[in-house]
Amino acid sequence: MQPVTGPRQAQFDLFVVPAIFVIFLFLGFAVAAQTHDPLMAIQAWTFMAGIGIALAFFVKRYSEGVPADDTGAYANDIIKAGVIASMFWGIAGMLVGVVIALQLSFPHLFYFPDIPESSFGRLRPLHTSAVIFAFGGNVLIATSFYVVQRTSKARLAGGLWPWFVFWGYQIFILVAGTGYLIGVTQSREYAEPEWYADLWLTLVWVAYLLVFLGTLWKRKEPHIYVANWFYLAFIVTIAMLHIVNNLAMPVSWLGIKSYSLFAGVQDALTQWWYGHNAVGFFLTAGFLAIMYYFIPKQAERPVYSYRLSIIHFWSLIFIYIWAGPHHLHYTALPVWAQTLGMTFSIRLWMPSWGGMINGLMTLSGAWDKLRTDPVLRMLVVSVAFYGMSTFEGPVMSIKAVNALSHYTDWTIGHVHSGALGWVGFVSFGALYCLTPWLWRRERLYSLALVEWHFWIATIGIVFYITAMWVSGIMQGLMWRAYNDFGFLEYSFVETVEAMHPYYIIRALGGLLYLSGAIIMAYNLYRTARGDVRVGEPLALKPQLAAA
Amino acid sequence: MDYDTLATFSRSWGTVYLMLVFFALCAYALWPRNRDKFDRASRMPLDEDDR
Ligand code: HEM
Ligand code: HEM
Repeated sequence: MQPVTGPRQAQFDLFVVPAIFVIFLFLGFAVAAQTHDPLMAIQAWTFMAGIGIALAFFVKRYSEGVPADDTGAYANDIIKAGVIASMFWGIAGMLVGVVIALQLSFPHLFYFPDIPESSFGRLRPLHTSAVIFAFGGNVLIATSFYVVQRTSKARLAGGLWPWFVFWGYQIFILVAGTGYLIGVTQSREYAEPEWYADLWLTLVWVAYLLVFLGTLWKRKEPHIYVANWFYLAFIVTIAMLHIVNNLAMPVSWLGIKSYSLFAGVQDALTQWWYGHNAVGFFLTAGFLAIMYYFIPKQAERPVYSYRLSIIHFWSLIFIYIWAGPHHLHYTALPVWAQTLGMTFSIRLWMPSWGGMINGLMTLSGAWDKLRTDPVLRMLVVSVAFYGMSTFEGPVMSIKAVNALSHYTDWTIGHVHSGALGWVGFVSFGALYCLTPWLWRRERLYSLALVEWHFWIATIGIVFYITAMWVSGIMQGLMWRAYNDFGFLEYSFVETVEAMHPYYIIRALGGLLYLSGAIIMAYNLYRTARGDVRVGEPLALKPQLAAA
Repeated sequence: MDYDTLATFSRSWGTVYLMLVFFALCAYALWPRNRDKFDRASRMPLDEDDR
């Protein structure tokens, strides 16, 4: 980073963004000093530590003047930071996933009654939040900042504000994650953080939205590229979901506890309206944006059908928002609402597969690249898994099927075919693309290591999801088995016992998947340093002899 | 307005509304005059202007 002398641009936010952090530092201190709630004190100190790290970063970065990157054509350093953060949180979250998988497999070895921080109930939300929000969220923020600049031909708007988004988001993750460990939760799945963390995230998210919109506003291309539509839908909808689902009344300004504004079945529906659309707009729309930019780019082919992408986008967002009730089949929710959720879920199959076909067919004329380019293969396989989980989802939303699948490991299998196969692989593919592009390297350190990653992770996914299908369907069938006298055939603990071997296979699959990610981190680190593995040809894609 | 009125309204007019939205967006996507614009857009990721 070369310091730049001369007139500083964006003087205002150079001063405002660090000032906001300082104000919140004092606020955190006031809370820590005043509160009688020991958990709140820990949370406040953690928050301050996070802010301290962010401020140290600003001081270091700006001690020698405005770095070149902040005045150049595109903002790249922020995306580099996002790549590093994604990799870090990804490995952390998957590691916790392996730990909880082992806890389920070998409870006598991995259960420590004296250490409440290590209990399954606290580590499970740590896993889900770390992989979805910390890993997935950082991937989405980084790629959205990358894509919106390139497709708008405009520099990221807002001067220092993107850095506010970046650090603010990391601080949110830190406070939320450490909170789960010490037992702070509002017990809403995927929305566990308490009210103060939610408020902080709201602030960060609004800044994110404004940075994104501001960049679009400055664009030099008349048309807004489809990937940006998907990113925008992701950002706007998550803001809406987050605010409505977290409407709550804190018991005290100095305590962690709050009560939801909703109660009973309304509360449940709000939660699963949120939960399902977190899947639809966080784990789907955002990553579809990645698909629509990185697959054409890496395959060097135009989008197969741009018209289809428009129909895909609008029908997906209009239908997704109604599908939430399929999480509440056979509950106190009115039957017509359950049926509505089911029909919308079945209809969701169409736009989902439309999008999948569009992603896959973008390779037409370039299928041979799948053989030689493992990064492209990873991206394409992710789209195939997307197709698989969006076929499975509508099937599971049918009430008769859900009667079997609900509460069983089948759901866990469905989740991870989407999470590992789709979200994981498409993110890995994007990170493999971004690293050489951002650090201006001719190629990755090693394509052979990408091959290893690809195969190890694929085998891991197969272990994971097949084990969960078998165990889930078995579990469901055992629960509903009656004997001749009309009594239940199996006690609950017998069903748990039957699942033991599958849990071990799942843990093994997860371990493989994690190993792949570690190989990737090494590969990206060497790439960023500018190394090339000896013995591998320098050409980005091995040149095939003209046939 | 009681619960039943609301439910009936959303079931009937909701369907009509969503159908209309769908037809409108298909028309927009398939409108012949938009063809060139969309063809150009489909190549946007391929622009090499990295700065
Ligand atoms: C057309 C698309 C999809 C439909 C209709 C669908 C439907 C469903 C259904 C019916 C369930 C089970 C609910 C229950 O019995 O409790 C479920 C659970 C879940 N799905 Fe999907 N799914 C779709 C795509 C995806 C994708 C692509 C992902 C991930 C990337 C995903 C992630 C999840 C998650 C995380 C859960 C578990 C929620 C919980 O904690 O209970 N789904 N989905
Ligand atoms: C190393 C890889 C991974 C392993 C070993 C793993 C393991 C686990 C385990 C053991 C559970 C709890 C299941 C239960 O309660 O029965 C779980 C839940 C979950 N995991 Fe993972 N996981 C991994 C990666 C991921 C990734 C990459 C994502 C998302 C991008 C993800 C998303 C989820 C979600 C959403 C749930 C909650 C599902 C539900 O409530 O229905 N996992 N995982």
